[in-house]
This record gives sequence, structure tokens and C-alpha cells, in this order.
Amino acid sequence: MDYPLRAYEYYLTSYRRVWRGSVVTSIVNPVLYLTALGVGLGSIVNRGSSPLGIPYLDYVAPGLMAAVAMQIAAAECSWPVMAAVRWTRQYHAMLATPLRARDIVVGHQLWVASRVASSATVYLIVIAAFGVVRSPLGILALPVTVLVGAAFSAPIAALAVRVRNEATFVALFRFVIMPMFLFSGIFFPVARMPHALRVVAYLTPLWNGVYLCRNLTLGTAGLWLSLANVGYLLLWAGAGLALAFRFYRWRLVR
Amino acid sequence: MSAAGPLIHARGLVKTFGDLTAVDAIDFDVRRGEAFGFLGPNGAGKSSTMRMIGCVSPPTGGELGIFGLDPVRDGPRIRARLGVVPQEDTLDNELTVRENILIYGRYFGLPRREARARAERLLEFVQLAERANDRVDALSGGMKRRLTIARSLVNDPELLLLDEPTTGLDPQARHAVWDRLFRLKQQGVTLVLTTHYMDEAEQLCDRLVIMDRGRIAEEGSPLELIRRLSTREVVELRFEGATPAVDAARLNGLVARTEVLPDRVLLYTDDGDALVPVAHAQLHPQSVLVRRSTLEDVFLRLTGRSLID
Repeated sequence: MDYPLRAYEYYLTSYRRVWRGSVVTSIVNPVLYLTALGVGLGSIVNRGSSPLGIPYLDYVAPGLMAAVAMQIAAAECSWPVMAAVRWTRQYHAMLATPLRARDIVVGHQLWVASRVASSATVYLIVIAAFGVVRSPLGILALPVTVLVGAAFSAPIAALAVRVRNEATFVALFRFVIMPMFLFSGIFFPVARMPHALRVVAYLTPLWNGVYLCRNLTLGTAGLWLSLANVGYLLLWAGAGLALAFRFYRWRLVR
Repeated sequence: MSAAGPLIHARGLVKTFGDLTAVDAIDFDVRRGEAFGFLGPNGAGKSSTMRMIGCVSPPTGGELGIFGLDPVRDGPRIRARLGVVPQEDTLDNELTVRENILIYGRYFGLPRREARARAERLLEFVQLAERANDRVDALSGGMKRRLTIARSLVNDPELLLLDEPTTGLDPQARHAVWDRLFRLKQQGVTLVLTTHYMDEAEQLCDRLVIMDRGRIAEEGSPLELIRRLSTREVVELRFEGATPAVDAARLNGLVARTEVLPDRVLLYTDDGDALVPVAHAQLHPQSVLVRRSTLEDVFLRLTGRSLID
């Protein structure tokens, strides 16, 4: 574990230059989202008898927490990976030292995980302040969110190290990340969608994360279904990591 | 392998990329303490060879040993003892000069305090101490090269790999780099470098191989190669108007070989002073220049004058 931590330290060093901006973003963004969606939109949704059975803010906030993980993971493992291969060539710098391709993968993934963890912590504190976290189980939404991040960061990094063209990233965000954000049960129950789409939603790692986070903050999590959610997210993270090991080696050691 | 064995040992070394054979069964040994050069035109296979030695490119065939270790199995152990100056800089432009060395030292597992001490020493060595806190993107090309060299020394390597260390630098910057490399050589660091500059090879290399299309065309010290493959001196003639045909037989047997270029005629000879009056009398050139034969003459004779990109 020593070698990946050496690579990890590089990201920590680089981040020291920009951390102020990103801390502000990680506090201001959730506050804006929660105010607009929970309080603004929620005031309409909650009118009369709420079809969700709970205030809209309580419904939407934990789902957004999982979505933050997806967005950070996608942002940190798309262009930055390509840059480390081609432009800043930092992966090549690392590979000229005792570090191996897999140490570079794990170091970068650990870094993304800590970015997700710190943002998720801020987010959880903010939504707790909005009174949304109804159960002490809500604290478990934190590791779950980190797992959601890994379920995206590992496969995206595996893809990014291979792609020849930036257009792939534009397509990834437009046709995968954005639709997933809208249709994975963050804003409305997937049960409202046609059957075929619903099945697709259940297969996304994001839906599994959203569903689990919400059950945790509301205190409605059942053990077996929650374990299934966790297992499915682990599957994405694990498969992504295995692919990343292979593709990093293929791209960097040739 | 014992400490007395060669630092790098290659036999029948091959590297292919699909249908392309970049390195075509080459043999060479690099001894401890020497400066060894790979010379050749672009595409000759120099960089592919360097990447194999750097353990970031597994050989397709043949034998390769570095410090007596196997580059495929023992990559991390070998790289811990190597310094690498790549052809394209891999500095982080956003970080400071000092941070670039520190973080690199950490990759090698140096304790922070030790990395810091070495960074100060190395920045002195490459004359960048006063720029330690500047961001790298503010540096000139020559300074970046020197920083890359300083960084490559952070693990106190036994063997330094330099892939075209002075390509793209202005003359002052090139001399500054050569000066540092020369000092390293004096300190006993083994240097392996690629270059397509003949003067660089003559300045730095104890021994070199000339590569062409993936193969080793010649091997020896710069002086040996010049003696063996060229003459001691070259007489360059320039003419007003068209260059006349030159018949070497009529130049009193003084000329071993002639070469007619668009703007001048080269006469390869072992006695330039004796040849000059004869050439004047026979050919009536506008100007005559006698010079030492260089590695460039050897190189061009072996690899030809046609442009290879």
C-alpha cells in the first residue's frame, strides 16, 4: 500500500493550490440545490397531500448526495486522466520511478475517493442542518457515497486512459452522466417511469446509490436490499478497477 | 551477475509494434562509469531502446539485463536505481521548481526531510536555487531541461538515461547541460544517452553505437569510428557557378573518397595540406577549407544524406 500512497501524495500536493475554490463550491452548491429544489420546488410538490408521503426536501436531498459523488468522480477521472497520459504526462513521470501502473491507478482512485469523502461530509452536514437526516443510520450515507464515487471513478478512468479523442468525454457526459442524473430516482420515483426504463434505472449504479442513501437518511433501509445495493456498487467499482489495471498497463507500458 | 559485469547487457534485443520492427536484434553492453551513446536519425530505434532499458516497454525478444536484473520482472527494483531524463518533459508546470523535485523524491520513497535536503543540493547543482519557489511554467526551455536533470538525480541513480537531452535548446543552454553531464560523469555516474547531434556525441560519449533502421551499424569510440570510417581530414571546396566533375584519380592519390553536394565538393583525405595546392591547380575552386573529420562525416556516410522523418 506504500507505493499507491506515494502517487496519492502528488494529488495532495497539486490540490493545495486550488483547495479554497473547491471547498467553497462544495458548500455553496448543495445549499443552492437544496434551496431551489427542496424549498422552492418542494413548496409546490408538498401542497395538499404529498404523493411521496414525506416532504420533497427529505426525498431529494439524499439522492443529490449520491449524485455529487458521481459528478466528482466523472470530472476527476475523465480529462485529468487524459491529461496525465498526454499533456502534463504525470503518469509517465511516476512510471519512471519504482511506481507501477497499478500503483498509479490506486493512487489516483484513492485521491478521487478522498475528494468524494470530503464533499460528502460537507453535504451531509448541510442537509442535517436542513433537518433532512431523520435517522442515525444517515451517517452510513457517507461511506455509501464514497462507494458510489468508486463505482463511477474506476470504470471512467479505465475508459479515459484508452480514449483517443476528447469527444468521447463530451458524449459520456451528455449521454450517460446527465440522463443518469435526471432518471435515477433523485427527483421522482422511478416507479413513475415506463417498465423498460425502470429496469434500466435499476441497473444504473446511481439508482442503487440514491435509493440506499435515501433509505439511510430516512431510516427505512432494509438489511437485505441494502446489502444488494452495496454489492452491486462494489461490483461496478471492482470491475472498473480490474479494467483500469489492464488498460493503464496497456496504455503506459508498451 | 557480479558487480564487475556490464551494467546493461543486451543480446538480440528486439522490439516490434505490430508490423513495425523498431529495434531489430541488437547487441550491446554498457560498462559501469562510462558514457554510452545511441546515435542515429529519427526512427532508428534509439528511443524504443531507451524505453526498454527504462523498464517501461517490455522487449519483444532477445535478452536484456540491467544491473543483472530482468526489466520485466524487476521493473520497480531497477527503476529505483535509474535516473530518467525523457525526451518530452514530464514536469508539472503548476507546481514550483522545488515541489517538482520533492514530489519526485517521494515517489522513490525518500523521507520528506531527506527529499528536501536533496532538492536544495540538486537545485544548486543545476544553478536553479534562486528559482526554487517559481512555478515551472515561468522557466525557459533550458532551465526546464536542467530541472528535469536535477529531478532525475534525486534518487542518487547509478545509471542516468538521457533521451535527446539537448534537442531544441539554444547553444548556451546546450553547453550548460553538457557541463552538468560532464560533471556527473566525473563523479562516476554511468550515462546512457541518445542524440542526433554529432558534436554532443563527440563531447560526451566514451563509446557509442550508430543505429539505423533498428540495427546497430557501427560501434566504437568517437575517435575510432572516425579513423575507421572516415579520413583524418576533409577538404571542402566551393565554386563560383556550377560544381565541376571531380576525378579523384587525378589528385595524386591523396583522396580516399569524394562527395559532390549541390553547393560544395568534399574531398576525404589523410593529408589536407598536401592536397590543397593540388586541388587549387586542378579544380580552380573559389574557396578551400581544410577541417578535421568529424563524427558527422561518419554518420552521414553510414546513414546517407536522404531525409528521414
